[in-house]
Amino acid sequence: MAVLAARNLRKSYGGAEVVAGVSFAIAPGECFGLLGPNGAGKTTTLRLCLGLTDPDHGSIELMQRPVPGEARPARARVGVVPQMDNLDPDFTVGENLLVYGRYFGLSEGAIRARIPQLLDFAGLSARAASQIQTLSGGMKRRLTLARALINDPDLIFMDEPTTGLDPQARHLIWERLKQLLAGGKTIVLTTHFMEEAERLCARLAIMDRGRIITEGSPRELILRHIEPHVVEAHGDGVMDWSDREAGKLASRLEKSGETVFCYAADPAPLLSSLANQGELRYLHRPANLEDVFLKLTGRELRD
Amino acid sequence: MHIFSPPSMSLRFVPVWRRNLLVWRKLAVPSILGNLADPLIYVLGLGYGLGSMLPEVGGVPYIAFLAAGMVCSSTMNSATFEAMYSAFSRMHVQHTWDAIMNAPVDLDDVVLAELAWAASKSVLSGVAILAVVWLLGLSGSVLSLWVIALLPLIGLTFGALALAVTAMARSYDFFMYYFTLLVTPMNLLCGVFFPVEQLPAAFQAVAAFLPLTHAVAIARPLLLGQIPPDAVLHALVLLAYAAAGFYAATVLFRRRLLK
Repeated sequence: MAVLAARNLRKSYGGAEVVAGVSFAIAPGECFGLLGPNGAGKTTTLRLCLGLTDPDHGSIELMQRPVPGEARPARARVGVVPQMDNLDPDFTVGENLLVYGRYFGLSEGAIRARIPQLLDFAGLSARAASQIQTLSGGMKRRLTLARALINDPDLIFMDEPTTGLDPQARHLIWERLKQLLAGGKTIVLTTHFMEEAERLCARLAIMDRGRIITEGSPRELILRHIEPHVVEAHGDGVMDWSDREAGKLASRLEKSGETVFCYAADPAPLLSSLANQGELRYLHRPANLEDVFLKLTGRELRD
Repeated sequence: MHIFSPPSMSLRFVPVWRRNLLVWRKLAVPSILGNLADPLIYVLGLGYGLGSMLPEVGGVPYIAFLAAGMVCSSTMNSATFEAMYSAFSRMHVQHTWDAIMNAPVDLDDVVLAELAWAASKSVLSGVAILAVVWLLGLSGSVLSLWVIALLPLIGLTFGALALAVTAMARSYDFFMYYFTLLVTPMNLLCGVFFPVEQLPAAFQAVAAFLPLTHAVAIARPLLLGQIPPDAVLHALVLLAYAAAGFYAATVLFRRRLLK
């Protein structure tokens, strides 16, 4: 029984189809990642799932309720960590949680009993009385996460939860998300950090131009879409080398600026060729999700 | 939900209203003093300064005449400011509404809460001016207590109209149009500072359509110890503006935020 199921969602703005036929189903306890470049339609898809905007076509079931028809009661079982910080700047850390709990119709006593646990989870126990302006970016994110848990939700939506955070703060958020998954929560995560998706998500969908272009576990996606080895080469004369040698030795080449990415099932011939090119610098690594992402969505900039 | 369907009215607005109350409580004293200072200076400055040069206006000293105008006008201003600048900050700058709508609260609930809050805050302003009016001995009638019942209606009327403007605003600058085109003309044409009858007929006709005229028409007789003629009619005009403004605001906010 899916906690969230979307079938053939479509949504247009001013003639441009932002979501162009998206379907997915999310099982309880799963961490599902929605990846895609900016403007791929991820945030609109989340808004549709929450019933914040009506789809032009398609159907959504959230917590076994039809959305948007019963979006409000469905949202009572859901937590949301939005992309943009929207904590209440007029309140302290504790007040933010208290006031947010009231929106769920929770009793004052129930909220107050829950706040210490949530502050502990967010590592903010000592900051209950702090003003929001005094918190670091990482603390604000953790508080936003704690706020999303005030109603003890079964499903948590996270829209780019670690954007703008330093590595320490990011790792702490990842740790907490793993804890939530271990506790049986379901998570829907949008991100464009491939490392984040690879670490957290059991299943991913890559979205581009309003469509899901591939779906599977991180491992499956890498096996399905890309050669297992990557050799990145750069330096003076790299383009000559690439035209002369790499084209024959790699199964696929991508050029980006002054770097040549060589994809190959067997990297040995590439590496021995490079060993003779003194002026070239190179890196050999296993293919990762980012390679898949860039192959499928292209290297050109998205705005 | 269709964009034009009537606003859904539910008690879910209460926690959102309480949120605004909690913010206000942190700044209550400066807020009340700030809301009081401006109208008080008008009452005292114009009332005593200008009033000393004037014969009686409408059969009473000018300052007693002005009192009812200032009670209505400052209630209007307070509701207008709250529903424009403060609501816009919460919606557009702080994204507070977005956070609320991720909880099981709908946009309609948030709009209703903003209206109720703007009205509540304006009632506090109105009562504060009223208290000063009583303290200065400008109104001694028991009937003036009825003005307290009028204040929420004034607050709802101007809060609703201002929310409709907020729903269309792209920045704070947009609010200047509403002040220039409506708030200032209302303050000058609707009987706040002088009787509407002093105006040329054309202006009187315009004033008859403006909601503040109808608020003053109820408040002034009450403060002067008279039962206002046509009070029900005036109240119905205010109610109609409140309902139309609230409906327009709800539709415009839906168009803006639920797209």
